[in-house]
Amino acid sequence: MFSEVTLEDPQSEGIVNMEAYFNDLASLLDRSLAPGEVYTCAFDAEVSDFVRMNRGKIRQPGSVSQRYLRLHLIRGQRHAERCFSLSGDLARDRVDVAAAFSWLRDTLAELPDDPHLSYATEVVSSRSVKVRELPAADEVIANVLDAASGLDLVGIYAAGPVYRGFANSLGQRNWHQATSFNLQWSLYHRADKAVKTAYGGFDWSAGTFEAKMRDARERLALLAMPARSLEPGSYRAYLTPTAMEEIAGMLCWGGFSGRALATRQSCLFRVQDGEAAFDASVGFTENTLDGVAPAFQGEGFARPTAVPLVRDGQLVGSLVSPRTAKEYSLATNGANAAEMPESLDMAGGTLTASDALAALDSGLYIGNLWYLNFSDRPACRMTGMTRFASFWVEHGKIVAPVNVMRFDDSLFRLLGENLVGLTAERELLVDANSYRSRNVGSMRLPGAVVSEMAFTL
Amino acid sequence: MTESLHADFKQIKCTADFWSLRMVDERAESFSVRKNVPQPPSMSVDRGAMLTVYADGGHGYAATSDTSRAGLQAALDRAAAWARASATRSLIDSRSLPRPALRGDYASPAADAKPWSRREWYELLAQESRAAGCDSRIVDWEASVETRNAEHVYLTSEGGEVSQRFRFVMPNLSVTAHADGDTQMRTLNGYRGLAQQGSEAMLERFGFVGSGARVAGEALQLLAAPNCPSGVMDALLLPDQMVLQIHESIGHPLELDRILGDERNFAGTSFVTLDMFGSYRYGSELLNVTFDPTRPEELASYAFDDDGTRAERAYLIRNGILERPLGGAISQKRAGIAGVANARADGWNRPPIDRMANLNIEPGDATLEQMIAEIEHGVLMRTNSSWSIDDSRNKFQFGCEWGQLIEGGKLTTVVKNPNYRGISANFWRSLKRVGDELTLEVLGTPYCGKGEPSQQIRVGHASPACVFAAVDVFGGDA
Repeated sequence: MFSEVTLEDPQSEGIVNMEAYFNDLASLLDRSLAPGEVYTCAFDAEVSDFVRMNRGKIRQPGSVSQRYLRLHLIRGQRHAERCFSLSGDLARDRVDVAAAFSWLRDTLAELPDDPHLSYATEVVSSRSVKVRELPAADEVIANVLDAASGLDLVGIYAAGPVYRGFANSLGQRNWHQATSFNLQWSLYHRADKAVKTAYGGFDWSAGTFEAKMRDARERLALLAMPARSLEPGSYRAYLTPTAMEEIAGMLCWGGFSGRALATRQSCLFRVQDGEAAFDASVGFTENTLDGVAPAFQGEGFARPTAVPLVRDGQLVGSLVSPRTAKEYSLATNGANAAEMPESLDMAGGTLTASDALAALDSGLYIGNLWYLNFSDRPACRMTGMTRFASFWVEHGKIVAPVNVMRFDDSLFRLLGENLVGLTAERELLVDANSYRSRNVGSMRLPGAVVSEMAFTL
Repeated sequence: MTESLHADFKQIKCTADFWSLRMVDERAESFSVRKNVPQPPSMSVDRGAMLTVYADGGHGYAATSDTSRAGLQAALDRAAAWARASATRSLIDSRSLPRPALRGDYASPAADAKPWSRREWYELLAQESRAAGCDSRIVDWEASVETRNAEHVYLTSEGGEVSQRFRFVMPNLSVTAHADGDTQMRTLNGYRGLAQQGSEAMLERFGFVGSGARVAGEALQLLAAPNCPSGVMDALLLPDQMVLQIHESIGHPLELDRILGDERNFAGTSFVTLDMFGSYRYGSELLNVTFDPTRPEELASYAFDDDGTRAERAYLIRNGILERPLGGAISQKRAGIAGVANARADGWNRPPIDRMANLNIEPGDATLEQMIAEIEHGVLMRTNSSWSIDDSRNKFQFGCEWGQLIEGGKLTTVVKNPNYRGISANFWRSLKRVGDELTLEVLGTPYCGKGEPSQQIRVGHASPACVFAAVDVFGGDA
């Protein structure tokens, strides 16, 4: 079985070279295998520019070129893995490949059988290539800083090709590459009063950037109004899609994990047990088809185009990795080992985004939330801070920025009895994290109006 | 690695004011037994180099996993191109920056000791796993360890040569208990909270042997416990909660790059401003905080930071007064204020930024028994489980795995879901007792996140137990 999605500039020699390198590497692994052995491998590479900005100037510009291979060797029911960096020169990298096989074989000899071993045996190959020419990073930065002339801008531009590959000794080959950019910037009024904006994608459009910068400047002007400090208590609130990203991020922290649900560590186990529920308008789906993450996972299993997780406020599915599937006699659905969504999609509602402030009437407009954590995980109770452009609204009009406030409330209430409505429009929010490598995850989320949200500090 | 690297560094060419090479070769092994099933072991080998260039007033870096001479030359060329391209728009004039030329080396304690074998690790982890899975209400449990060996080499065009070798041991044990619609997790000092440099001898210091049954017993106690009551009371925080309190409400706010605004788009700013150093009362007179890279077993001890500055112990807060920030050589130059050697990168592919390293609270003179006896109405909390603080590092809310009420000077009822909230600027001024050396533990975390691009780094925190007055305490939902 094979699928292919291609959108590339055939002249892009460097891009082709990375794929050719991976295929040569996989052939080397094939040749290195001894009888009775199976291998799977995951390839992770990128050539990135990172330009950090502060005070409207360049703080730290640089580039990173990296290649990693996670090689997994299986013999019978025994297996182990070794991850190592690669130079890109196969003549030299074959030394590291040989060292990896040697270590893996020595290790396997000492291990017991693993009852939960699972790897893809049905060959499902695929190729997805999204390559568009991006302007040079220094040109983009010049445009950004010129557009922010006179403003206190701080942020990061990350851009370049990201590559993910999978191969196994059964002949499966999966290739995913995308050249993308992600600009995240904040315009500061003073102290902690700022407007944060993100612009990410595959095609840099000067017009789109200018529109976003114009909108940010307009919101920045609102921060010049005297700020209001609210007393602790319950307030009606509108959470923008960006604020919802932080809340959804908490659900991603084991909430949908098949293993965490089976071991009662998920914040949603009470929903699974029928003891709690969200409002009937709430739905979550792992929507690989419309996300930016690869359609295959580290053990080579293909991901379904969509995995329904919450429907009509009830838990209807979970993300099940191959290992969890084996342990708990479930069917895997191509989840990664951590069983975290990579393309989480929340169903929209009926509220138009332009009517959100009117629906809020009077209360808090929360542009961003920050640093959430659970204060009582089984109760799905979480705490966190408002951040960046958050405002007090009266009769549908913004009247003042608000000083940061801490909320502490259960999502069973916020997206349950207290949910007034979700916006029909949803935003695609591309993950900007780059721990070790640039993330390829995303979320598509609506905004939400809630009748009460508990603030404590 | 070092000999050929020195030769390659001499051969690569650059026409710039200054350039440096930072090579990192880090090897990690992970072993785990979950629910009595040995998990497949993994090993990682991560090797690469970062070249940094100062030219024409600009500066730039390029990192590569191609450590051949040609690969290093290509990265050096790229870094030089960035330096020149950014020169006219650079926030920092690189002509004013120090050009490190120090020579020296460092090695963790027992850096050359023979490590435990896979078999030895699996036997120990299996033993603790068997002991932890002792009750039908225990629904998940795991004993694991990660060991790391890292070699760092830093060379500069000014003749600087620094070589440092590290060895880290990071065991973990966690148990999850569930019954009657509630789930409670108990760990040995928090997830990867046991993290030190040196050998496996650290296991004995923390009582890892025997911890499976002990931690499981505590998880079951929590399952049967009432929620922590709400109210204003004294809080006795043990070291495995103090590490989080120090980290979030002293460490991050004192990072000089935050104060200078670099982190405002991501990790945040700070309520601390430059004018506070030398006079601001951060805490009560009992509060003494040091940056101490010299404690051998602590997770972030080293002789030089990643910008080649020699690392030395320094007081950040003395008798409650703020003295100096956590800022490396570049930040110090920008701010015009003395700092410490804390420019650190989490690997070869990320540039150094101001980080915590070992950030410690100096011990006081109270025994644990004295501290408990002096509390009329309070709660003991241990082992962090939840952390949240605002982007200025002021309004916080933290939660712990384990709570125990203190009534009339005695420990009484065990309580679950103990949480407390406060404001950094006030909280440390309510510090009313600092435990003695016997209450001190040397802990840390390998997971401090910060930076754009993102970085996750190892930090150490040594702390005694401490008592805070009039804390806003509360529990979980009924």
